[in-house]
Amino acid sequence: MSPDASDPRCRPMPAHHGLPAEPYDLDAVREDFPILKRLVHERPGRLGKPLVYLDNAASAQKPRPVIEAMTRCMELEYSNVHRGVHYLSQQTTDAYEAVRDKVQTLLNAPSRENIVFTRNATEAFNLVASTWGRTFLGPGDEIVVSVLEHHANIVPWQLLQTENGFAIKVIPCDDRGVLDLDAYAALLGPKTKLVSVTHGSNVLGTVPPAAEIVRIAHARGIPVMLDGSQAVPHMPVDVQALDADFYVFTGHKLYGPTGIGVLYGRKELLASMPPYQGGGDMIASVSFNGTTYREPPYRFEAGTPPIIEGIGLGAAIDYVQTLGLANIGAHEHTLLEYASVRLAAIEGVRLIGTAPGKAAIVSFVIEGIHPHDIGMLADQMGVALRVGRHCAEPLMERFGLEATCRASFGLYNTIAEAEALVDAVQSVKEFFR
Amino acid sequence: MVQDPFGDLRELYQEVILDHGKHPRNHRHPPDASHEARGDNPLCGDRITVYMRMGASGIIEDVAFEGRGCAISTASASLMTEVIKGKNESEARALFECFHDMCTKDDADPHAHGPVDEDALDRLAVLAGVREFPVRVKCATLAWHTLAAAMTGGLKASTE
Ligand SMILES: Cc1ncc(COP(=O)(O)O)c(C=O)c1O
Repeated sequence: MSPDASDPRCRPMPAHHGLPAEPYDLDAVREDFPILKRLVHERPGRLGKPLVYLDNAASAQKPRPVIEAMTRCMELEYSNVHRGVHYLSQQTTDAYEAVRDKVQTLLNAPSRENIVFTRNATEAFNLVASTWGRTFLGPGDEIVVSVLEHHANIVPWQLLQTENGFAIKVIPCDDRGVLDLDAYAALLGPKTKLVSVTHGSNVLGTVPPAAEIVRIAHARGIPVMLDGSQAVPHMPVDVQALDADFYVFTGHKLYGPTGIGVLYGRKELLASMPPYQGGGDMIASVSFNGTTYREPPYRFEAGTPPIIEGIGLGAAIDYVQTLGLANIGAHEHTLLEYASVRLAAIEGVRLIGTAPGKAAIVSFVIEGIHPHDIGMLADQMGVALRVGRHCAEPLMERFGLEATCRASFGLYNTIAEAEALVDAVQSVKEFFR
Repeated sequence: MVQDPFGDLRELYQEVILDHGKHPRNHRHPPDASHEARGDNPLCGDRITVYMRMGASGIIEDVAFEGRGCAISTASASLMTEVIKGKNESEARALFECFHDMCTKDDADPHAHGPVDEDALDRLAVLAGVREFPVRVKCATLAWHTLAAAMTGGLKASTE
């Protein structure tokens, strides 16, 4: 089903982030995702419900090319990497290392050496906290995060804080979820050693002006780390244009497998950091008289890496690049507009997070009905939502909420699915009347 | 015929639960509480505080709660305050054990934890439907865990 342009609820929107967008064939795209065909709540005596998957911000479904690339790797090309002279080892190493090039291209990083593979975004934060942070943060220092952060960009710093004794300052946001840049600039001072903020709120959908945030910090010589977990799947990201010092994302939200994430780091920064974990692959030479470590990025990749997952991530990057991330963002934006307008029109529904230019995440609450009940009832209709605090408790506290419902759109969602969400919300309201 | 989209859930969300969920009883902060504890269910974002006044004779003279969670947890807290009042600590704990069994086991034995107020247990039976929905068991038992913590004198209960 395609949006009806004559429907005022669905007015044509400028392409996401103003980039030119070309629509892709949604039906064909949906064919690529086997799981979208399944029914949920199916059992003897009961017809299942078609899956309406609106929990993409938690994790995205996998297209066949990703599944097939991983299967092919295991069936035909599998071996350990970086350590064999034999044919398969070389083939696997080449395939795995080629993914580093794909990530470099995806983020427009200056070199493949900027790309460190991690387990997920969370590990990327922990890596930076325990290497860069442990080396360069001490008593009297400050780092700046925002109130929008996911726990992955809060807790690693707090863990280090107990050892290194620096302070954590927080950029506030307004009631729409827009970061207060004046307050941000005022937080920066001679003690500030790092700014680490999100490039997309997983609760509100806010896309903070990352380039501006970096510019303000760099004017004072402060490096900036950006959490691209909710940005990379929805828009073209250029770490050089952003001038980011560290940039992280996680593979499973980009239609890739679990178990692989990415840390982009500026070369001098990576070079200044001690190893993260010790073991094989990360060393130059090992002796009981002293061990030397490899250059970045390998210094930070101890042990056998997530080879199969890496191959899957490579296929996922190819997939989204083929559709075009600007096109994906534009499509999702249409769904966001439609769902936001329709939901806001339902009496008792309040949208949480209304920042201009936000990504396709709709958090909402319904007067008098707890999100947990909403989520469970919607699920009975096949609509998969996330409910709760979304690993962002300080943000929930900021909005005075115990929980929200969150619908988050992906590249394969349709207007009919946005409509199913609206129907579900209406039915839930009826149920609790 | 239109299929009721929530057919499976009617068992869970019975009228009594919807009523107590919407209009919880003893939803207040008694100024003379002798015990209190906070309970937290981070998964769904429920936070409640249970207050009670334990008389000199060891009888729970008043019990109330604050905070709102989902319909299941609010209804469970509300029903709990109604059935607990007038009991002593060991009676309250026995009831909790039986209620917990009822929420988690298909063939719970109401006599497994010694003598118990069977009328009270009957009233709580409306919540037994959570058995079919494991993620909701925490919702149904949060208030009770918190009550147990309050009796023990602990400050905070978490169902995690
Ligand atoms: C904004 C943001 N940052 C970080 C993460 C953590 O991702 P992961 O759990 O894959 O490490 C998430 C996802 O949960 C997220 O939404």
